[in-house]
Amino acid sequence: MNEGSPFQTKVAWFFEELKNKKLVGTRCKNCKAVYCPPRADCSKCYSSDMERFQLSGKGVVLAYTVVYVPPESFSHLAPYTPIIAKLDEGPKLLSHLVGVKPDDAKVGMRVEAVFEPTPNGPIYYKFKPLKRN
Amino acid sequence: MRKVAIVGVGHTKFGKRSDASLRELAFEAVKGAIEDAQLSLNEVEASIVGIASDELAGQLLPAAPVADYVGMNPKPNIRVEAACATGGAALQTGWMAVASGLYDVVLVCGVEKMTEVSTARAIEIMGMGGDVQWEFKPFGTTFPGYYAMYADAHMRMYGTTERQLALVSVKNHRNATKNPYAHFPKEISVEDVLKSKPIAYPLKLYDCCPISDGAAAVLLASGERAKRITDTPVYIVGLGCASDSMAVFDRPDFTSIRSAVIASKQAYKMAKIKVGDIDLAEVHDCFSIAEIMAYEDLGFCEKGKGGKFIEEGQSEIGGKIPANVDGGLLAKGHPLGATGVSQAVEITKQLRGEGGSRQVTGAEVAISHNVGGTGHFVYVHVYRR
Repeated sequence: MNEGSPFQTKVAWFFEELKNKKLVGTRCKNCKAVYCPPRADCSKCYSSDMERFQLSGKGVVLAYTVVYVPPESFSHLAPYTPIIAKLDEGPKLLSHLVGVKPDDAKVGMRVEAVFEPTPNGPIYYKFKPLKRN
Repeated sequence: MRKVAIVGVGHTKFGKRSDASLRELAFEAVKGAIEDAQLSLNEVEASIVGIASDELAGQLLPAAPVADYVGMNPKPNIRVEAACATGGAALQTGWMAVASGLYDVVLVCGVEKMTEVSTARAIEIMGMGGDVQWEFKPFGTTFPGYYAMYADAHMRMYGTTERQLALVSVKNHRNATKNPYAHFPKEISVEDVLKSKPIAYPLKLYDCCPISDGAAAVLLASGERAKRITDTPVYIVGLGCASDSMAVFDRPDFTSIRSAVIASKQAYKMAKIKVGDIDLAEVHDCFSIAEIMAYEDLGFCEKGKGGKFIEEGQSEIGGKIPANVDGGLLAKGHPLGATGVSQAVEITKQLRGEGGSRQVTGAEVAISHNVGGTGHFVYVHVYRR
């Protein structure tokens, strides 16, 4: 059940979807609260009747930093650029901005999700700047 | 509920204490508190021990060796943990134990030994205080990194400057020169801060508190009992506590610690005080930006005016509300479990008029503000002599 998920959880399917390059959240059927990362249970109304919905993966940078002094497990990766992105559908995620130099992050920058392995193995969402067409 | 007073305080030198173990550090602080109160250990009915990290201690149930070594067996011992607010949580737990009538005299001891592991390992352990599923393990978030995002957001929203952030560290280092227990009692300049090594943009080395060892202890007694123990009881007259989302990305914005706003309002209401009544404050300056947000969250100034508050010297001794006259976390040091108790120790000394060269003249009302994680837990206490 939890194979491929970095931790034991009722939403292990989320990590299977990430491998398919899909960002999938949950919506509470009772109170319509949305969660991404998904929650198996609604912390607002206590319902566990949740449905899945796919997000576009597009959003905007709300906050960022550049980490120069990393924890042991990221020692080979510094400097890197954690950002908080607000997805167009509402939920927010913390991840890395990739595909640009660490200092090139900007608040307000449009980004889209990419799917890449993290240092301890599993594939997670990261973000790269969204190219304007 | 009964009145609760601090009747004895003890504090170790904070710093790289390779000369002492966790339990020995605790002993130094507890011995200080017992001697200060002129109490016999027999009169202390229970111990509340705050230690943030088993990983840093290299020991599960680290409160057990502390209670043993300070001679508290077989009396009740409760271990409390709330990350960087562990000490504040221990103090609040001790208050409840006495106010409820369960005990008349209780020991609250906060202690941490952080330097037995490498700095990279310590950052790893503290990083686990971030959401390990959605932040720390996949993305290597650090506490300087989280607060750096707050700093950048605050600068962007309110025009707060890196120089204003630096002024917090300069003030607290200057204050620390008057505190023999401080880890870094040396004056630094704004230029020193601005030129120090980048840690997480926009925070630099001197914007961040050091990794320190140390302990602090207070003895709490019921109001009745306190009068028989000391002529200078310091009453804890207001308490506040609030919590916030595990993942930082679930917060509505990154310019305020909203649990601190809630906790401080609770504490002021319970104590029946207004901000204008506060003579000094111990605030949780784990990072320079954290002190600037504290000025705003605690109502010392309007939202967004924290940078101006430090620039105008309003948090200096002699200003509107002197903050961290003991050097704060930035210069006194921040042994996680000890910090909240250390704040109570400094305030007790100040309200007794024993602040020495850093005394705030005539101080009668003070507050402490202890933040765990990035506001996951906040404890605010109001003290009155």
